[in-house]
Amino acid sequence: MTNTKVTSSNATGTEKRNLAIGAIAFAAAAFLPLFDTGFWLATGISLATYTVLATSWAMFSGPTHYISLATAAFYGIGMYVVGGGVGHLPFPLLVLLAAAAGAILAAIVGLATLRLSGVYFVIFTLGLAELIRQLMSWAQSTLGSSSGLYVLTGITEPMIYWQLLALAGLVFLIGWRIGRSRLGFALRIIGNDETVASHIGIDTARAKVILFVVSGTVAAITGAILAPRLSYIEPTIAFSPMLSFLVVIMALLGGAHRLWGPLLGVVPFMLLWDLISANFPNQTTLLLGCAFLLVVYLLPNGVAGLIEGLLRQRRSADG
Amino acid sequence: MANARADQPALTVQELSKNFSGLTAVENMSFELASNEVLGLIGPNGSGKTTMINLISGALKPSSGHIRLYGDEIAGTAAHGIARNGVARTFQIVRVLPSLSVLENVAAGGVFGHSRHWGEALKEHARSLLVRVGLEVADDTTVDALTYIDQKRVELARALISDPKVLLLDEWLAGLNPTELKTGIELIASLRVEGRTIIVVEHVMDAIRSLCDRCVVMNSGIKIAEGTPKEVLAEPEVIRAYLGDSDA
Repeated sequence: MTNTKVTSSNATGTEKRNLAIGAIAFAAAAFLPLFDTGFWLATGISLATYTVLATSWAMFSGPTHYISLATAAFYGIGMYVVGGGVGHLPFPLLVLLAAAAGAILAAIVGLATLRLSGVYFVIFTLGLAELIRQLMSWAQSTLGSSSGLYVLTGITEPMIYWQLLALAGLVFLIGWRIGRSRLGFALRIIGNDETVASHIGIDTARAKVILFVVSGTVAAITGAILAPRLSYIEPTIAFSPMLSFLVVIMALLGGAHRLWGPLLGVVPFMLLWDLISANFPNQTTLLLGCAFLLVVYLLPNGVAGLIEGLLRQRRSADG
Repeated sequence: MANARADQPALTVQELSKNFSGLTAVENMSFELASNEVLGLIGPNGSGKTTMINLISGALKPSSGHIRLYGDEIAGTAAHGIARNGVARTFQIVRVLPSLSVLENVAAGGVFGHSRHWGEALKEHARSLLVRVGLEVADDTTVDALTYIDQKRVELARALISDPKVLLLDEWLAGLNPTELKTGIELIASLRVEGRTIIVVEHVMDAIRSLCDRCVVMNSGIKIAEGTPKEVLAEPEVIRAYLGDSDA
């Protein structure tokens, strides 16, 4: 995203080609449930989930360098909106309500914290997910009869997969559009030097809040879409801090400075993660920490940065 | 740049003070900047010149007092609001945007501020300003490939592209070698010929003498003299501030 030439007004040949490749890839991915509804569909749902979450996370954190650990907060809110409303309201309406709840929460959190420097923001977002989880647990134990909520619908796995795929397509379109807009340009400038940004007329707080709201809304929708898959949701699952960390690691592994970067991190990491969870179920946190260190030390600009570096080398070798 | 209200001062600073938890950096400063005037803000190190610039540009909020831009109060407004009203600045230590190309660095100043462009018009405008400041490089040149003076040119072009009503140059000439200094003075002199309204913070006396219509001299946060460069540099109190008591 950050490489988009801000000053070009028409889509270039490369952009049209990339758009076509993207459309074909999405169309191909949509056929997955027709071939397998077991292991591969489950993997497909995981991949689509984390692609959506990591890409929307990077849309905000990539250019601004504000590390958000609040993904689980928004995701969990989305899940709980569906959990609380299922049976009373139609599912599509619940997804919209979840989106609104995520947007409102993100706007409040953004307005309260994005004026602070990055470190405080990180701590606050981590605390936020935890706070909401504790509130939900408390509310359910004092008001409700059980520790969770049943989400029983007729929504099947392939339907969930297609919804996530459509959401992923939407996220890429929004990201592409923002990357070419004044807002995208403003965010790149903020990421470079916030003092300069404000002195050339950018309302930095506003720009950051808008992107944080986009990112939070997408996470809430993701949670809403996935709620029927779990059948039974409880705070420890919906607001799992592990989710927030996984999203950050995958986005950084892929490269948060490009719209397509996180995707390159999600695919290898999810496949590896499934192996780890299956074979070393008791060491997942330890291995997650090791993975994080490796990513930060070995691939500071992610897979996307690695590929770009190699391409640049080849070009200069040719020239 | 042409302003409708040329009869009133471009900038009026009135009884302006700034305290940093007990320490007074600027105390009861008052001065005016006329349209098309180049005003020098001078004084020894630590006299509050950069704080004064930061108060005008909105980087700092004044503790008390007024700043009016063509009559409109801007004191206490956020930096982006002041930029939109038509105040542009450069920084004491050059601040370019490292991950943006030279052209994008300049374009950045012309999208969100006082004068706004986008698309091809923005690109064209940014190119013409690069030429204006004497920097002719390929559009996608990275800023870290530039020399110090060229980075300063980029910063100046970024300020000029917004067509500011008031331009603040905070030691734009500092850190240049003698050859570059000559070029730099010529460049700012050409802005003066254009009719720009400018406040320059400078230490280079040659530049002050040749560029400034008037000077405001600060010491320890207060104004100690005001007048033409020749007048103020001859005042005993100014000499004392620069050289110390024993030399006066």
